Amino acid sequence: MAWTNIEMADEVIKFFKPHTSVNLGIGMPTVIAERLPQDLEIMIHSENGLLGVSGRPTKETVSSTLINAGKETVKIKKGASFFDSSLSFGMIRGGHIDYCVLGGMEVDAQRNLANWMIPGKKVTGMGGAMDLVNGSKQVIVMMSHASKTGEAKLLFECSLPLTGKNVVDLVITELGIFKPNGKAFEIIKLAPGVSRSDLNMNETILL
Amino acid sequence: MKKSPKIYTDAKSALFDIKSGDTLMSGGFGLCGIAENCIDALTEINVKNLTVISNNIGNSGRGLVKILIQDKISKAVCSYVGGNPDLEKRMLNKEIDVELVPQGTFAERIRAAGLGIRAFYTPTGYGTLIAEGKEVKTFDRPCILETALHADFAIIKAQKGDSYGNLWFKEAARNFSPLMAMAAKTTIVEVEELVELGEIPAEDIHLPGIFVQRIFQGSNYKNDIEFLVTEGEK
Repeated sequence: MAWTNIEMADEVIKFFKPHTSVNLGIGMPTVIAERLPQDLEIMIHSENGLLGVSGRPTKETVSSTLINAGKETVKIKKGASFFDSSLSFGMIRGGHIDYCVLGGMEVDAQRNLANWMIPGKKVTGMGGAMDLVNGSKQVIVMMSHASKTGEAKLLFECSLPLTGKNVVDLVITELGIFKPNGKAFEIIKLAPGVSRSDLNMNETILL
Repeated sequence: MKKSPKIYTDAKSALFDIKSGDTLMSGGFGLCGIAENCIDALTEINVKNLTVISNNIGNSGRGLVKILIQDKISKAVCSYVGGNPDLEKRMLNKEIDVELVPQGTFAERIRAAGLGIRAFYTPTGYGTLIAEGKEVKTFDRPCILETALHADFAIIKAQKGDSYGNLWFKEAARNFSPLMAMAAKTTIVEVEELVELGEIPAEDIHLPGIFVQRIFQGSNYKNDIEFLVTEGEK
């Protein structure tokens, strides 16, 4: 049985140490914000300029100037702060953010990530992803195991333009958790009932 | 209100000398903190071939998309074009020149311009398309050389400002705005509240007025929310 997005978020949270900071990318990783237990005392960083994101506002407290990097309305917790984009990325580049969790189009065994464009087809831009993967202490990619058309996303070598070279520490998909080691992916854990053969990956890159 | 040469009546009067071919910085993250009045005024000013430097070039018909669809922008420097079909379409059809810059590098290049730093080395983008043609130097790890990003004008929105141009931003609306205000030759600020000198306590000023050349009391703010998500939804 493949994990749901919520179960994937809970698996990622198990890697977090208390009293740390995490940046959550657009899409799937935002589920983590809603699942994060308060007693871990983790500060959620949002690169548009806030530290201390905490869940969603009510209809009464919603504010157009209180959004996350996905441009969704959020609320903040006690101890939160606001700052400009230079300081925000200084936190990232300066190595002050413990974890970043972001989506991916392809990850390869050499720890490369591609998630910002498909040449000639789709361009979203890299936003803050290139800074995040180079600056955060640990980079976790949270993505679907295969593309919408069923193509493998865990590869020996990315075919799409890279977001970062040699940067990925951990990959979580609905089928399992994988650690790229430069040559292959180590299986850290598989979702219940999932076996190696369900992964549909080239055996030479699977430890 | 104390008289000040910086105070203008509205966006159109503050933008009186913008001309075709100018480089324009525009503050805001998505639609949060954008200079709505200035953007609306630009839809009525006859300019072409603008180079626009802004994290997002608006989205779905709003913000800078208003002047994008008037074909007033010939070059865009930004970090994210997702959720902006008007821009993505023009980009893939090569109708506009788009320079995509990693967001942290984007912010720092703008800050550098305002603060007299000519260039800096950063690990961001090393080994990617972004690094092509750029000088690489290895410190603890390989870094690429990025240069300062200047502009003729910046259009900025702040919650509060005084007649000297001291600014106070609300919540996460600050983003790129103070950096752009520092980097442009002429910075035009629109505020929700134009206040008397001294009303913003000196220790609470987010951007000192020395970086601001023109300021006006804005009006009719929409303050659009792109994705409204409240407790219990989603």
